[in-house]
Amino acid sequence: MGVLKTFALGGIHPPENKLSANKYIEVLPLADQMVIPLGQNLGAPSKALVKRGDKVKAGQLIGKGEAFISANLHSPVSGTVAKLDNVVDASGFRRPAIIVNVEGDEWLDDIDTSDELRTSLDFTPEEIIQKVKDAGIVGMGGATFPTHVKLMVPQGKKAEFLIINGVECEPYLTADHRLMLEKGDEIMVGIQLLMKALKVEKAIIGIENNKPDAIAHMTQLAKSYSGISVQALQVKYPQGGEKQLIKALTNREVPSAKLPIEVGCVVQNVGTAFAVYEAVEKNKPLVERVITVTGKAVRKPSNFKVRIGTPIKHLIHAAEGMPENTGKIIGGGPMMGKALFSEEVPVVKGSSGILLMPEDESHRPDEGPCIRCSKCTQVCPMGLEPYLLSRYARIGRFEKVEEERVMDCIECGSCQYTCPANIPLLDYLRLGKNKVGAMIRARNKR
Amino acid sequence: MSAVILYFVASKFKVYEDPKIDQVEEVLPSANCGGCGFPGCRAFAENAVKQAKDEHSLEGFFCPVGGNEVMQKVASIVGLEIKEQAPMIAVVRCNGTGAHSPEKVKFEGVTSCSFAHTLYAGEGGCQYGCLGLGDCVDACEFDAIHINPERGLPEVNDNCTACGACVIACPRDIIELRKKGPRDRRIFVSCVNKEKGAAAKKNCEVACIGCGKCEKVCNFDAITINSFLAYIDFEKCTLCRKCVEVCPTSAIWEVNFKPRKPKTEKPKSADASNKDLEVNLVAQAIEKKAQPGEGEAAKTKEKGSENLKNKSEK
Repeated sequence: MGVLKTFALGGIHPPENKLSANKYIEVLPLADQMVIPLGQNLGAPSKALVKRGDKVKAGQLIGKGEAFISANLHSPVSGTVAKLDNVVDASGFRRPAIIVNVEGDEWLDDIDTSDELRTSLDFTPEEIIQKVKDAGIVGMGGATFPTHVKLMVPQGKKAEFLIINGVECEPYLTADHRLMLEKGDEIMVGIQLLMKALKVEKAIIGIENNKPDAIAHMTQLAKSYSGISVQALQVKYPQGGEKQLIKALTNREVPSAKLPIEVGCVVQNVGTAFAVYEAVEKNKPLVERVITVTGKAVRKPSNFKVRIGTPIKHLIHAAEGMPENTGKIIGGGPMMGKALFSEEVPVVKGSSGILLMPEDESHRPDEGPCIRCSKCTQVCPMGLEPYLLSRYARIGRFEKVEEERVMDCIECGSCQYTCPANIPLLDYLRLGKNKVGAMIRARNKR
Repeated sequence: MSAVILYFVASKFKVYEDPKIDQVEEVLPSANCGGCGFPGCRAFAENAVKQAKDEHSLEGFFCPVGGNEVMQKVASIVGLEIKEQAPMIAVVRCNGTGAHSPEKVKFEGVTSCSFAHTLYAGEGGCQYGCLGLGDCVDACEFDAIHINPERGLPEVNDNCTACGACVIACPRDIIELRKKGPRDRRIFVSCVNKEKGAAAKKNCEVACIGCGKCEKVCNFDAITINSFLAYIDFEKCTLCRKCVEVCPTSAIWEVNFKPRKPKTEKPKSADASNKDLEVNLVAQAIEKKAQPGEGEAAKTKEKGSENLKNKSEK
């Protein structure tokens, strides 16, 4: 195979711990009550269209994305709207949500819920984008940027490559891996639809080399579709970052503070490709997703296909309960995921995993002094100097923080992972990003 | 030779500066804290002299550090008369201590409120409450605000000059500048939670639940309730303390008042004949039933003000 491709700068290789890699995707029975937050996408929250006491069917539009960067929201279940209320989200803040009591499982008539593969490509690009928009699809990798906005190439720009992200570089997570193995054909059709919408001829699927079965399976499938190729990549975190993946696959570099379209690329996750397939071919909006429930002490690490709005305690229960020594629950992977505030938090469109960390691993070690070993600089995939940025942020010199390009930070956490003195570098970088972001907004307002 | 040239150049390009500016700067405290809204004392002096000259008023100029004393001096330098302003003090409007708002999660990140605010709601679960990480302490130039390790909340001492730096530093707008009040006595709502009552109370037992009892009892229209949160207008408040008594969650605080006499409030009819202890107790019990919570509320309130007093003494 020779030397595998990867991105140029930095990167780390944490223990993979893909405990659930050979577990088939299970469909879980519905919970009794679904909590559907209105702000599940990046950008403006959706506007609720239902009120208390309304009967809804699965797939019915219940929230409308009105702003340019916003997404539609559909009821994942059939039942009665119990109330519209503020509920605790992953960070503990109370935000508006629609709460639906589940009654049966009745879908809207025009939605095809069968497993039959459909491969019709008889759609115009505009039709595809409209269907993606109607279905409320957002980036399924976790950033939840509305997909239809990404598909509308700005005037004067031209997309050359569609890049499909099957990297799943986060340790523990296996949702995309399983999806590629079990829904490979559907993903291929989804990719063809995305290529048509973007009017590109080439699509590259990037998969890290720790998933040989997925690489073999996707390569086999790609043979029967024109223009799609599969590229195996060296195992290195954070390869799933948009800019890193583009560099690895096309050797192009996205300039600072610019979007991938600058270098003719559009990146979509495999989960998004699958959602696009369902939306266009089956008329099924984004109401369910695959999510990994894992952790070293979890009795049954699994991949579940669940409806959006399912409380995560339902999932933990299905994975045979929370281990006694659990110290924290992380939404997402161990590198970029966030500790969840409570187990009542619902699954949202961007949830890729639930990780139960044992108590002894969930505390931060004591911070030591910086010994200038420059490890953080070596691993930063964006070529920043985290030790310097954190120092400036600590003493409040945010104009210097901005000068040192803090806004390029992708918050991958490689620096903090590698720091031998356990300095909370990422915390300071995030603090710097917040402050500099506020400074830039204030300047633009003036 | 050069000296001569320089002398003439200097006199040619000399910028006329009002000598009053220097005089004003002299009387200012040179704290350069920015509390007046100008970048430093010199800028304050320049602008104050300019406005006094152009508009014959010093409106909008007040040095919070120097207070009325300094402002009188400034006014006499520029030849104007000004009204005295009531002294202000920073007030921390949160009482969500560990006991009142038990820890639900644990935060181990960087000790910065503005960072923690973007990450999560707070250890007790209140998304409006104090995070206790001390951005206000860092902002204070006068050593006037410190985190009380017992309560985990910041407390303001007598050094406060009401410059407002902590008000800006707080990402949750918990700190407010309020009138210091006669003999340092003031009453305020020690909560900024805008949730509905049940939701607020779930996270913190001393939260304002927006019940409106204080609004009704106030005779001076000083209290308004907006999105389930009471606010006392310190300009209208007469410090009658009626609101403190009725607050069911002890969210309204009185500071530096004398401790109240333990309230027995005997009913008038029973009063005359009531020398018998037993009867008295019964009467009290009946009263408690009629107005649940009132007695307790008063008790905790006294504790609160005692706490504050202890602090200022230290």
